[in-house]
Amino acid sequence: MSRYEDKEAAVRRLLDTPHPPVPGHLAGTAAERGSRLLRRHRAVRRAAWTLFALALLAFVLWASVAQPWEAPAAETTPPFDGL
Amino acid sequence: MAEQRNGPRAERAHRTREFDAFVAGAAGRLLHTATLLTAETRTRNPYAQTLLTAALAHTYAVWERLRDEDPYELTRRDLAARFARTAWRHHGGRGGVLSALLPQERLVVVLRLYEGVAEEQVAALLGLPEARVRAVHARAVATLRAGRDSTGKPAGRTAA
Repeated sequence: MSRYEDKEAAVRRLLDTPHPPVPGHLAGTAAERGSRLLRRHRAVRRAAWTLFALALLAFVLWASVAQPWEAPAAETTPPFDGL
Repeated sequence: MAEQRNGPRAERAHRTREFDAFVAGAAGRLLHTATLLTAETRTRNPYAQTLLTAALAHTYAVWERLRDEDPYELTRRDLAARFARTAWRHHGGRGGVLSALLPQERLVVVLRLYEGVAEEQVAALLGLPEARVRAVHARAVATLRAGRDSTGKPAGRTAA
């Protein structure tokens, strides 16, 4: 075993002390905050999807009215020197 | 505790039960890790508790989406990332065994030696090159040994 590994093992022993006591409310608080986080994420996701659907609807309506794929009507009429 | 089979509420109760079981098993070790990171003492570790609560809340929020992922590993990763983000607040030690180290050195030492995370994973987690992680680790180990030697403890060779 090298000198360095020796030192590492000593530090590892230094860290390996008894665990601190866990306060009883920790799991409950974490679950409470977690479910609040989850609700918020869901609300944000729902809002984003709603916004997306509205934008899509607006685009479809606009496109069906404006029909931008149609060639625009000629602005000028070619001269017609009748007969 | 009546079993309720009405959709979201039953689902939530189920999740809470699973989560509580996980916390009961893992919280002691995770709190120890957090306390080492914040360099607080075993009996007085408010920052460590705050960090761990936030990390566990995140784990709870993604509980349904955990597929093959280990919740312990996920929580540890979140804890480490959270500590890295807020480390400037935990700069000075508060009496823990790693008080002599800088926050980043504590992170590397705890992840490598206490949690046994591989060097490349620590590097990825902290967004550092592997060589840098190795250097920080070596420096931290040297600092700790020097601290021990100077406080009159026997030098490394004799401690078996």
